[in-house]
Amino acid sequence: MTEKYNMPDARGHFGIYGGIFVAETLMPAITELNSAYQHYMNDAEFVAELDKDMQHYVGRPSPLYHAERWTKELGGAQIYLKREDLNHTGSHKINNTVGQALLAKRMGKTRIIAETGAGQHGVATATVAARLGLECVIYMGAVDVARQSLNVYRMKLLGATVVAVESGSKTLKDALNEALRDWVTNIDDTFYIIGTVAGPHPYPAMVRDFQAILGREAKAQCLAQAGKLPNALVACVGGGSNAMGLFYPFIDDADVKMIGVEAAGDGIETGRHSAPLCAGRPGVLHGNRTYLMSDDDGEIIETHSISAGLDYPGVGPEHAWLKDSGRAQYVNITDDEALGGFYALTRMEGIIPALESSHAMAYVMKLAPTMKSDEIIIVNLSGRGDKDMQTMARREGIEL
Amino acid sequence: MSRLAGLFAELAQKNRKALIPFVTAGDPNPDFTVPLMHAMVGAGADIIELGVPFSDPMADGPVIQRASERALAHHQSLRTTLAIATEFRKTNGHTPVVIMGYLNPVEIMGYEKFADAVQAAGVDGVLTVDLPPEEAAECAELLKARDVDPIFLLAPNSTPERVKIMDAIGSGYIYYVSLKGVTGAGHLNSAEVETKLTEIRANTKLPLAVGFGVKDAETAKIIGNLGDGVVVGSALIKEIEANLQNPAQAKQAIIGLLTSMRHAMDN
Repeated sequence: MTEKYNMPDARGHFGIYGGIFVAETLMPAITELNSAYQHYMNDAEFVAELDKDMQHYVGRPSPLYHAERWTKELGGAQIYLKREDLNHTGSHKINNTVGQALLAKRMGKTRIIAETGAGQHGVATATVAARLGLECVIYMGAVDVARQSLNVYRMKLLGATVVAVESGSKTLKDALNEALRDWVTNIDDTFYIIGTVAGPHPYPAMVRDFQAILGREAKAQCLAQAGKLPNALVACVGGGSNAMGLFYPFIDDADVKMIGVEAAGDGIETGRHSAPLCAGRPGVLHGNRTYLMSDDDGEIIETHSISAGLDYPGVGPEHAWLKDSGRAQYVNITDDEALGGFYALTRMEGIIPALESSHAMAYVMKLAPTMKSDEIIIVNLSGRGDKDMQTMARREGIEL
Repeated sequence: MSRLAGLFAELAQKNRKALIPFVTAGDPNPDFTVPLMHAMVGAGADIIELGVPFSDPMADGPVIQRASERALAHHQSLRTTLAIATEFRKTNGHTPVVIMGYLNPVEIMGYEKFADAVQAAGVDGVLTVDLPPEEAAECAELLKARDVDPIFLLAPNSTPERVKIMDAIGSGYIYYVSLKGVTGAGHLNSAEVETKLTEIRANTKLPLAVGFGVKDAETAKIIGNLGDGVVVGSALIKEIEANLQNPAQAKQAIIGLLTSMRHAMDN
């Protein structure tokens, strides 16, 4: 790679992926958003305000933590955790919502909508809406409302209206459908904060750009602490925003391996999983072309994962491009393996990871022992596990 | 060119407007649709829009979403929707059929195979809701080469530049959605529609079919006076939904509604 990476093109294409695949009714809103985004990303005042919020409201930079005990236990590469779990609201999601909400305010929008799966993006959105005094409606699949009741309560406390979506499979994809329907109906005053690097252009690039702060920090912190770049980056991939945030600043560093970890659920061979990059095929959903879980008729297949945040049949188009181009590699981890990662980090380092991030931890347990002790893995600890206490306790037969 | 250009030319000569019912293929069951299509033609339909059920109908309101879900429960798909069109064509060679759906089933089938299949089924037009003109060049060309019209949407907030884009790439007719938002929503503002249609006509000679918000004879007449065609969808599907235990009654109600619309539009 001699030329500097400069994806996507002006219409949001990453090779054949990405683009703008929406109904005509949404086109003006997308065009308006794209011009505002292009303008403000180069506006010194906007960037300064964003930097200030990242530092004082989100709590950035998040630490890059050398997990020495776990490293020793696994007996291979040095493991560094990018501590996005320490951000305000407990995950990387806030990096993006702070950015988009500032953009919404600049565009004069008074109402914020968002979709959410595990509820982390919903909480992060409700949080910034509360702070900026904006009306906030969160769409959440009815199944997710039931299994993430703690986050539903948090969103309501923050003043958001949570709408339980009863259509389709009643999970994240259906919440996204409903949010798109709301947006098209209320285009004039409403800003749709998409939570991941998917959707029509400019969302995949915009969300990546807001999340890339974590990758830039990790790069500088690794150079400062270890004196060199890492050998491998590991991050879980649902829609793929935490992974894109970590990978993006390293794309031109060809020696740094990038590994995305998808949710294999009960196992790829069972068909009950959420791993479109590993076991899906290209198609079009929610405004972009990407790898999808769809059947031979093109209907979207219902997904499965222990972690609601990875329970999505698509993936950001830039990941599809990075896969096809060979720049990144995508692997998968089952529910059971993820639980192994969850317990390992909890017991070895005293850090309880989110079930989503636990997939990345589980892959590190496989990868680290195959590497040398002078090599470095940075793994994104994208969120903390507090929201998963009910799920975990229930698995252990305990009612909280 | 498909049957659509000839139809609109003929209607214009007679100073009549096209009545265009939309139903979801396979709703409430696969056997219901072909006889319904014939009956709708009998009640005065000029063009039939057949909805292809999709698992994630992002641009549709609750009524058409539920129609999709009912059809999908019977494994209705793009392939079986084309089979319905083929069956219809066996005994009706003149009424244009337009299929309307989402892009993913087309992507999975493959554009060329799709274009061949659509042509073989005797379909006249294809409207793919989430395929805007910027991304549609390849698919539109394949369809046009097979005398199938690629049909595009325009909305109240579409700019004159976008009208020109649709005019360049689209054929058959333009589907103007008269209200913002999803299908089946809101109320009709005829003055607003009239202003916008005049603005659109400045940049295209394609016939304008107007939909989203037509629910009875009165609204059909109002829209018929403004556009070249009147699309009615959710109002028909509501009749199916209200008579799930008795599809024959649903069919009768649909025919009744269309007959009253036809009458109102022609008088």
